[in-house]
Amino acid sequence: MTKSNFTRRGMLKTGALAGSGLALPTIFTAQSAAAASFTNDPTGSTVTLGFNVPQSGPYADEGADELRAYQLAVEHLNGEGDGGMLSTFSSKVLEGNGILGKKVQFVTGDTQTKSDAARASAKSMIEKDGAVMITGGSSSGVAIAVQGLCQEAGVIFMAGLTHSNDTTGKDKKANGFRHFFNAYMSAAALAPVLAARYGTDRKAYHLTADYTWGWTQEESIASATEALGWSTVNKVRTPLASTDFSSYIAPVLNSGADVLILNHYGGNMVNSLTNAVQFGLRDKMVNNKNFEIIVPLYSRLMARGAGKNVAGILGSTNWHWSLQDAGSKAFVQSFGMRWGFPPSQAAHTVYCQTLLYADAVTRAGSFNPCAVGEALEGYEFDGLGNGKTLYRADDHQCFKDVLVVKGKENPDNEFDLLEVVEVTPAAQVTYAPDHPMFAGGALGECNPGA
Amino acid sequence: MLGLNTKDTRLLLIVIALTLSTPILLQPFAEGTGLAQFNAGYPDLMQRFAIFGIFAIGFNILFGLTGYLSFGHAAFLGVGSYSAVWMFKLLSMNILPGLILAVIVSGLFALLIGFVSLRRSGIYFSILTLAFAQMSFNLAYSVLTPITNGETGLQVTLNDPRILDGVNASPYTNLFGLPMSSSVKLELLGRLFTFNLGYYFCAVIAILAFYLSLRIFRSPFGLMLRAVKCNQQRMSYTGLNARPYTLAAFVISGMYAGLAGGLLAAMDPLAGAERMQWTASGEVVLMTILGGAGTLMGPVLGAGFIKYFENIFSKINDTVLHSWFAFLPDGIEDALVFVVQPFVGKGWQLTLGLVFMLVVVFLPGGLMEGGQRISAWIRRKSRKDDGRADSEHRPGTSPHIAE
Repeated sequence: MTKSNFTRRGMLKTGALAGSGLALPTIFTAQSAAAASFTNDPTGSTVTLGFNVPQSGPYADEGADELRAYQLAVEHLNGEGDGGMLSTFSSKVLEGNGILGKKVQFVTGDTQTKSDAARASAKSMIEKDGAVMITGGSSSGVAIAVQGLCQEAGVIFMAGLTHSNDTTGKDKKANGFRHFFNAYMSAAALAPVLAARYGTDRKAYHLTADYTWGWTQEESIASATEALGWSTVNKVRTPLASTDFSSYIAPVLNSGADVLILNHYGGNMVNSLTNAVQFGLRDKMVNNKNFEIIVPLYSRLMARGAGKNVAGILGSTNWHWSLQDAGSKAFVQSFGMRWGFPPSQAAHTVYCQTLLYADAVTRAGSFNPCAVGEALEGYEFDGLGNGKTLYRADDHQCFKDVLVVKGKENPDNEFDLLEVVEVTPAAQVTYAPDHPMFAGGALGECNPGA
Repeated sequence: MLGLNTKDTRLLLIVIALTLSTPILLQPFAEGTGLAQFNAGYPDLMQRFAIFGIFAIGFNILFGLTGYLSFGHAAFLGVGSYSAVWMFKLLSMNILPGLILAVIVSGLFALLIGFVSLRRSGIYFSILTLAFAQMSFNLAYSVLTPITNGETGLQVTLNDPRILDGVNASPYTNLFGLPMSSSVKLELLGRLFTFNLGYYFCAVIAILAFYLSLRIFRSPFGLMLRAVKCNQQRMSYTGLNARPYTLAAFVISGMYAGLAGGLLAAMDPLAGAERMQWTASGEVVLMTILGGAGTLMGPVLGAGFIKYFENIFSKINDTVLHSWFAFLPDGIEDALVFVVQPFVGKGWQLTLGLVFMLVVVFLPGGLMEGGQRISAWIRRKSRKDDGRADSEHRPGTSPHIAE
């Protein structure tokens, strides 16, 4: 059926087409050699930062609070507002004239709490908006995925709310930095308090969100409590998308356990804790001991969701607005004036990260990711609300005091839900960089991109 | 040309021209202006246009031709991604082995799922595929974590074996040493055009995929598939067994999805479980219906439309809105921002939903039908104009009979 007739003109046309097709790839080898020595070198009078937070999905509340803190940090860096923690920060190089004299601008994106969407959003910030630093994330899976992307693209990643050991453990990257604490630190801070309050002879039952963060937290808590002399009855994994935990709570009653550990966060924790309290677990006496529930990672936003159910329940947190040091007070005042309510720990950590980045750029005198990374590595600072803090060079993790908190029995208002039980000093939660829970990864070389 | 009639050749040439000039077409607004927000000509999004175009073209071979509505196509996308990333980890960062394995594995997977699911049709088929996809998602998310790395997603690391790569081989996905991320930037008339190798690779594959689907649409095999959609009962009464045809269509479209998944991984070496979630399966159904099921160009248009919304509209936040309306008095500015805000930024899905509803109600044939109506209207109008130009109503010359 097909008719083929070669004509001279046709041959010429096809030849020209094929020739230009073959020639096409060669223009790519030029590779924009004349461009800057690192990705998105800000050449104008402004510098763009990318704030990549969940605006939909289970962690949308945290995302919204992070965004408020980012906006506040940008205002303070540009010399607007009251300056917040700039006045209490131990480093005084930031003068409120932007970063290196360039006005700070920002773009935002929605991670949807999905690795794929988060990477797409971060990529568009880097490729379209020319962001020189990406920060944010709530959920460790997302943070790890975006950290990997930033390493490849050659920009700095300042992690937001990510608590998994893996972020600065087996998935650590040279371009990624974390201010937030991790599951190991939670466990190390909680264990002595648990021993003091609940004794050393307990049987624990774990309910764990079935993903990276849940597993590392379960591992950390189990190993810390077992070191106290507790035994672990069972570890049950629950899907991240679950909203009703009744079917997981019922077996706890018959297991002989006298402590329930909820390795859940956000909406998951609100639902599982509510279910557990509704089942009357807290009024039970098992093995002649009062049944206890522990939520290793607490946040005020979660406490608000769970309402009265959090009363008396122990957990740990990175920072709380009721702290009385100068840095925390300045931040709470500034955030409260701007938005009308106190900040959450997510807001605090991302605000600190933004300031720390700006400070590192200023000290390094360059936006080059390698120079910034060098300025952050092994950097000791104070006045950001957590006392003396060290950015360790070996794994880019911050080491600072950890708060053990308890749900308040009689809260005065809807923000005053947690009370600080103990401030565990940084030395007690510090671990060796090659600790087995963190082993298996390598920072690699810093990548300036382009 | 290439076994196509003139009309199809013209269509193919138009598609080729459009795909190759995408980096220019999607960058219509000058940098630094407020409208630059709407530019979409950056590599990641263009790659997504091409890749999801391939995905939707493949889905359309099944849904558009046979009428079998699969609600689990994202599973093949995910399987393709995972196989490609594993190839990057084990064999080489060269993307070809990864892509080939992605297509093969997803084809086998589609054969398995299709063999079971195609025993039923209609809603039962849809539910079966949905169940399989959701099962794959849950497996990838937690049970098969050693293979899929669970929620975090499978990533390449520095200490992967990569037995085919030498010591100094590029650690980034590449095509015989040319990294996918390399691009040439061109500044012209205040616009910044980015010609990215990764995009052009995807574009060439997309054109091939489009050409293949064009041939399938015009082939006797395509006719058989249409017969299945038209009246399967009558087909079996005439002594034809429909199952091999539908299974073939299912496998082909599964392979398209796997290819798309492999390309996604080739552009950005990460495979996440969310890629297999039912929302992702629903998305390709939306793309196809929005663009026009059963048409050749429709699904590609739909894919572009949805990805544009997801990536561009979702980035319009309060600050951007305030800067747009800054020229208005404060009260009105705030009021306007308050009204517009739910529809952009995090509310992009709301706008997309509204658009989808309008399209389904008023243009059942999708965006393609919209295009056809507009072109028909223009043609009618221009014909009317011609009539009006002839004010003296002279009789026209009678057409030659032999013409």
